[in-house]
Amino acid sequence: MNGYAYLIWIPLLPLLGFVLMGLFGRTLRNASGMIGTLLLAGSTLLSFVAAYQYFFSDGKVNDVYRKITAFTITWLQFSPGVSIDMSLVIDPVSAMMLVVVCFVSLMVHVFSLGYMKGETRFATYYAYLSLFTFSMLGLVLAGNLFQVYIFWELVGVSSFLLIGFYYDRPSAVAASKKAFIVTRFADLGFLVGILVMAFYGQSLDIATLIGNLAAPQSAAYLSMTTAGFMGISALTWGLLLIFIGGAGKSAMFPLHIWLPDAMEGPTPVSALIHAATMVVAGVYLVARLFPVFSLDVSVMQVVTWTGIVSALLAALIACTQTDIKRVLAYSTMSQIGYMMFALGISGSGGEDGLGFMASMFHLFTHAFFKSLLFLCAGVIIHFVHSNDMRDMGGLRKLLPVTHVCFLVACLAISGIPPFAGFFSKEEILLAAYHANKPVYFIALFTAVLTAFYMFRLYFSVFWHKEPGHSPTHGEGALSMKLPLIVLLLCTVLAGFIPIASWVTVDGKTLATHMNPGFSVAPVVLSTLAILLAMRWYKKTSDTPDAAASALGPAFQTVSKKFYIDEAYLFVTRKIVFPFIGRPAAWIDRHIVDGAVNGIAGITGKLSQSVRAWQSGKVQSYALYFFSGIALLAIVFIYLWK
Amino acid sequence: MNLSLLVLLPVCTFLVLLLLQARFARQVALTGAVLQLLVCGYLLWQYLAVRDLGNTAPMLFETDQVWYAPLQIHYHTGVDGIAVAMILLTALIVLTGILVSWTIDKWQKEFFLLLLLLSAGAYGFFISLDLFTMFFFLEVAVIPKFLLIGIWGSGRKEYSAMKLALMLMAGSALVFVGLLGLYFGAGSFDMMTIAKTTLSQTSQSYIFIFLFSGFGIFAAMFPFHTWVPDGHASAPTAASMFLAGISMKLGGYGCLRVAVFLLPQAAHQYAWAIILLAAIAIIYGAFATMMQTDLKYINAYSSVSHCGFVLLGIGMLTETSVNGAVLQMISHGLMTALFFAAIGMIYSRTHTRMVASLGGLLKAMPFISTVFVIAGLCSLGLPGLSGFVAEMTVFMGAWQNPDTWYRVATVLACASIVVTAVYILRAAGKTIMGPLPENYAGLPDATWNEKTAAVLLVAAIVLMGVAPFLVTQLVHPGVENMMRQVDKLVTLN
Repeated sequence: MNGYAYLIWIPLLPLLGFVLMGLFGRTLRNASGMIGTLLLAGSTLLSFVAAYQYFFSDGKVNDVYRKITAFTITWLQFSPGVSIDMSLVIDPVSAMMLVVVCFVSLMVHVFSLGYMKGETRFATYYAYLSLFTFSMLGLVLAGNLFQVYIFWELVGVSSFLLIGFYYDRPSAVAASKKAFIVTRFADLGFLVGILVMAFYGQSLDIATLIGNLAAPQSAAYLSMTTAGFMGISALTWGLLLIFIGGAGKSAMFPLHIWLPDAMEGPTPVSALIHAATMVVAGVYLVARLFPVFSLDVSVMQVVTWTGIVSALLAALIACTQTDIKRVLAYSTMSQIGYMMFALGISGSGGEDGLGFMASMFHLFTHAFFKSLLFLCAGVIIHFVHSNDMRDMGGLRKLLPVTHVCFLVACLAISGIPPFAGFFSKEEILLAAYHANKPVYFIALFTAVLTAFYMFRLYFSVFWHKEPGHSPTHGEGALSMKLPLIVLLLCTVLAGFIPIASWVTVDGKTLATHMNPGFSVAPVVLSTLAILLAMRWYKKTSDTPDAAASALGPAFQTVSKKFYIDEAYLFVTRKIVFPFIGRPAAWIDRHIVDGAVNGIAGITGKLSQSVRAWQSGKVQSYALYFFSGIALLAIVFIYLWK
Repeated sequence: MNLSLLVLLPVCTFLVLLLLQARFARQVALTGAVLQLLVCGYLLWQYLAVRDLGNTAPMLFETDQVWYAPLQIHYHTGVDGIAVAMILLTALIVLTGILVSWTIDKWQKEFFLLLLLLSAGAYGFFISLDLFTMFFFLEVAVIPKFLLIGIWGSGRKEYSAMKLALMLMAGSALVFVGLLGLYFGAGSFDMMTIAKTTLSQTSQSYIFIFLFSGFGIFAAMFPFHTWVPDGHASAPTAASMFLAGISMKLGGYGCLRVAVFLLPQAAHQYAWAIILLAAIAIIYGAFATMMQTDLKYINAYSSVSHCGFVLLGIGMLTETSVNGAVLQMISHGLMTALFFAAIGMIYSRTHTRMVASLGGLLKAMPFISTVFVIAGLCSLGLPGLSGFVAEMTVFMGAWQNPDTWYRVATVLACASIVVTAVYILRAAGKTIMGPLPENYAGLPDATWNEKTAAVLLVAAIVLMGVAPFLVTQLVHPGVENMMRQVDKLVTLN
């Protein structure tokens, strides 16, 4: 072993928690929250140790961070060379993700101790959370493409279970189904992509795959670019299909429709799964396969434009929504769009790799401020007993801690210095500015929109009008406040972490120069957007409604989320079910089975009519006999001369 | 070890049961089934031990006795890893089937007698190396099903029983014609002898059609699958489990062991047809499932879809895909049995299987609901459960066949994972989740026997899903031997 054998415990501890709480949840009951949290604290500690050891002690060889495989077993051998291995791989990206996942999950575990208190299925909740954390950690550490897929599905199912946690609400059941089925549809792409890659790349191990394909003019690369289907090379197909999988999980347009509905789950779950960790899995996947992705320019274009379109679309929709969690969900989608296009515009080495680094940096900072926003939303919803921001207002005095946290997180996501989001977003914009001007301008516009809708949310919740309800309880237990404060500190400080020297596309330190002149435009524009939001929403006013009605149908379209949900419903309800499903069932009943029954019926009729021949009467037998002979005689005499 | 023990034990249990009073019926049956499982476990242990010693003979524990000399019919038995896996599966299904039938009240003794007879037929089938003996056991396994459904069934049971029996009989008849063809072509009923002789391409292609479609009827091959939905829907729970877990496996095993193994050139010749029918079954079965409203019909149609993977794996004729086909047979047997067990438990409490009238059962019966969800998740191919391993191996193997159209078929088959998710989640979302209707509020959860059965099946599913290497270790050498033989004969010509 290479000093990383303990890595195995990082996913195993939550798994142990899942098994314990799954089997003995009833006897453990309220203790299960504590057990789950403690086990995860163990994992978090180990992940910090691992990250420290990797980044500061033995990750770097000759100034390049290398990939270290801590552990491998062959799990399922398909054919020589192609197998699913269960391995734990630590490289800069996975080390960073490891810390993010463990840490945010721990915060959510602690927060839930207070938030979910008194819930009858408390143990089940923690069992699911542990299952999710286990799967996510397995995904992060995976060194084999199929292993990624395995944990990919497992995070999907844990997300399904948690969205449908309040299973007696039909809306939660519908949302959980939608989330699973939409991502499953995307996973189909991922699966076929894996099949294509495995066939041409001759391996499922990510490092070997990259080695086989990315070597200049390698046999695998040549065979993959020459082979094709419908005029598109196998490489493009493979990457595109894998990207579809990533886009589904990361809620990219047009596969994003499940994310807003997923907010039906308990709010801490939204903070963990649908903000900080699982939804960035698509970005993570592209980052892990980046050397292969960068071989194909057209796929990189697809990645870029999917990212930027999602970012813009989600930001537009977020300006019109009134459900606090849905606004946050759209903002998540928008921010993931940033990460995605930053990967798309990135080059594969040196200075060109700025986009990659920026994307990872944004992933890192976003995890903190977005989970903070969601946890704040959890406190607010807990307090107000409503998700609708029209039921809120004037909460700044009643929820002072939450107020500060929310404000800082809003500043961070709006890219206001010196908070975390500023640094990562500036890097992304800078990368876009150098690589692709149209993308840069759309991104800039989106950044301004972001500042506007986040402060629309902030002012509506904390200012706007006098609180409409008497406080029945305070801000919540210490277990709820503590994670907020810790995440607040991260939101303030995360921007100063030198991700550029750790997580880069080629493992070498990337020299970044903060360019103050460049940052002026985004910051000033965002500040103006904040001021506009303040003017419109700090006090009750008619201006927003007037603006909405002035925009007329345009506003309608955006607030109806561009009718994308309706389009999907149309396809499934009006096309798939009546034109594929029902005919299949009908054909089976009436044609295929009809044929079987028909044969049976004909046989029955035949035997009915034949039965009369065997009457047992000697006379009729004699008649048949003689007519037979007569027939044969005629045949012999006349036809067969 | 002597393989005949596997057949003798159920027969002895059968005889004991016949002589004893009816009130001991279930205890005797259960004891017999437990003993059988232990013997099968011993078989596995012995098998692995012998293989570990380096014995690489294609078949182990062979015995060969002349049964009827004039026609050269032998009682020739032997097993490889595939057969051992199938035997273990059968033993597990029999045991759990008896457990879930614990409270059957009508003619209990006769019910268990028939179950035992059926299992004896299945064990005999899997150990046979002589085609005639094999056919004999196949027939033994068919008749009890007719009675099980006709007497203990529900709904249109006479129709379903008749349909199932006639279709399976037609399958047997086709198989029998094929066997005779082999016998006259190769001059023997012995599988290992036939495997060594090469039949002419023409006779292979004629015989293959009979054998493959005959066994295909058992394996629910499109368009001969229509006995499946009606048969399952009318059958009592244990019979459904046996049908899915054992009978359909007889077909898949027969297709592989008899049709493909003995007639490799014809298999290559007709691969396209097998793949086409398999792809149709997979995708069309999945869509047909989506429209069903009765839980048993849902599971039965999904069986058609899932058995399509077995045929797809066989049709692709790569080592990996055939491996996947065998894994899918095991996985499908376990999963469908579990699913039917759960549906039976729900039905015995709520007296309905209609999805629309159920709801929120998780609140009333958490154990049964969890089992139902696990079976569903296995069906939709969740990693960590057996279905995933099997399906992925089939997909991987299928993709290794470089023919473009075969790949299109593979992608279509892959697409079924989405449709599967749709129908499983629709069914689970409506029955398990959602608000609980008032009249179901006080219903009891699973009893000890049901719990034991469910836990055994879930354990097997999870074991196979978490440690697939244990199963492939057992199955793979058998597949390797078989495919080596197949490829050798094909390249010779």
